[in-house]
Amino acid sequence: MVISETLNLFSDLPAFPMSIGGPERKVLSVSQLTNRIKTCLETGIGYVWVTGEVSNLRQPTSGHLYFSLKDESSQIRCVLFAGSARGIKFKIEGGQELIIFGRVSLYARSGDYQIIVEKVEPKGVGALQLAFEQLKNKLAREGLFEPARKKPIPFLPQRIGLITSPTGAAIKDVLNIIDRRWAEVSILIYPVRVQGEGAAEEISAALKDFNTMPGIDVLILTRGGGSAEDLWAFNEEILARQIAASRIPVISAVGHEIDVTIADLVADKRALTPSEAGELVVPVKDEVEKTLKQSFLRLTALLQNQVQGAYHRLEVIRKSHTFRQPLDQIEEYYQQLDDLLMGLPQLVEKNIQECYRKLQMGAGRLESLSPLQVIKRGYTVTKRFDNNRLIKSVNDIKINDEVLTQVKDGKFIARVNKIFP
Amino acid sequence: MKKEKSEVSAGKFEDHLARVEKIMEELESGNLDLEESIGKYETGISSLKKCYEILGQMEKRIEILIKDENGNFVTKPFKVKKTQETEQS
Repeated sequence: MVISETLNLFSDLPAFPMSIGGPERKVLSVSQLTNRIKTCLETGIGYVWVTGEVSNLRQPTSGHLYFSLKDESSQIRCVLFAGSARGIKFKIEGGQELIIFGRVSLYARSGDYQIIVEKVEPKGVGALQLAFEQLKNKLAREGLFEPARKKPIPFLPQRIGLITSPTGAAIKDVLNIIDRRWAEVSILIYPVRVQGEGAAEEISAALKDFNTMPGIDVLILTRGGGSAEDLWAFNEEILARQIAASRIPVISAVGHEIDVTIADLVADKRALTPSEAGELVVPVKDEVEKTLKQSFLRLTALLQNQVQGAYHRLEVIRKSHTFRQPLDQIEEYYQQLDDLLMGLPQLVEKNIQECYRKLQMGAGRLESLSPLQVIKRGYTVTKRFDNNRLIKSVNDIKINDEVLTQVKDGKFIARVNKIFP
Repeated sequence: MKKEKSEVSAGKFEDHLARVEKIMEELESGNLDLEESIGKYETGISSLKKCYEILGQMEKRIEILIKDENGNFVTKPFKVKKTQETEQS
């Protein structure tokens, strides 16, 4: 029903007394009239579905929402009280085409009629879809989906925090896959409701709690497939903010591949399914062990290669001619030294004999030079008797000096009688 | 909540593994002299040992968090119930 049709309904209202003056004249107060109009509107029209475009939107701090709904030719005031507004997932904005459900009433203070809105749907697109798009755009503008914000998922977590329903299909999938890939891992399950009123708050609280616990390396947020309504908790802003605030990396695995939730977009890693979350969170143990073993062998082989290479180079150098030469020289010296050492005793002996011979020769010569030998041949030696000085000149003596003369077979003392210079 | 096991070792598994891979690359490049290579090799082997230590200390443990009457968390061993198939809200 469009607004102009709504207005046409006034023609159905009961006629008021029209006579002017007269005994039957009945005067109403403004309030009385207003009340009558209000009653007419509320009983005569009551609840309606109306579609139109939002304009003049105002939202005071009270939380009530005031706007007009208009089409090409008409408009009508609408009020959405805070209590009803809370149930609406998406954000009402000016220019939106809405379908609203509410009752037509009258605001007595201003005399304006209005629709008291109870339900609101976006026109053309589902309310959830619109809410999703709105939040997505908002968070995207804030940069919450930026790849740069995303924390790396640890390669081998020691302890995994798992936020999900303990009885759902998702938990089984995740645990199965982890068990198959790397069973020896610690998993801490935080049981939460994954759909319905309050689920988003519960999941957010779990994220917050895990972030206060030590030793949790990675978080998995998961639930199995379901309708858009079932998955809705994962599209709520409170959860998106909590994921963004997590210091622990978060893997989100909500529903099936086609279900993309806000949680998936904010998370550090999106797994298409709960099973894939299991694959993303731990490596395959056998493969890792194989890698370690291969690394050890490779490392050792590389070093061995290098040691061998170095050894080879050393050998080549050692055997090379240039390197041989000084060695040869040294060895020659060694040999000489050896020879010398071996010949040393003979050499010493020879030297000693030589010395002897020289000594003997010297002795012979010494003997031949001895004055005693000259005396033997008839010469004499004369010294002054008083001071035993050899007399070599007539100047060495004077008359009456006593002289000692040595001859071959003895000595005698004589007195100088005469000197012949 | 149960007391966490003391940290296995300084540094994460992947850091140790990455170090080993880097060392292998360096050794392969052939730009190191023998003394450097031996040093790198020793570092590589000790990193590998750390990896094995981490592996050796890992154990299977699946627990569920439960809030006790005082609102404190306690953990209990968790077993998947094979019979339940439905998603519970």
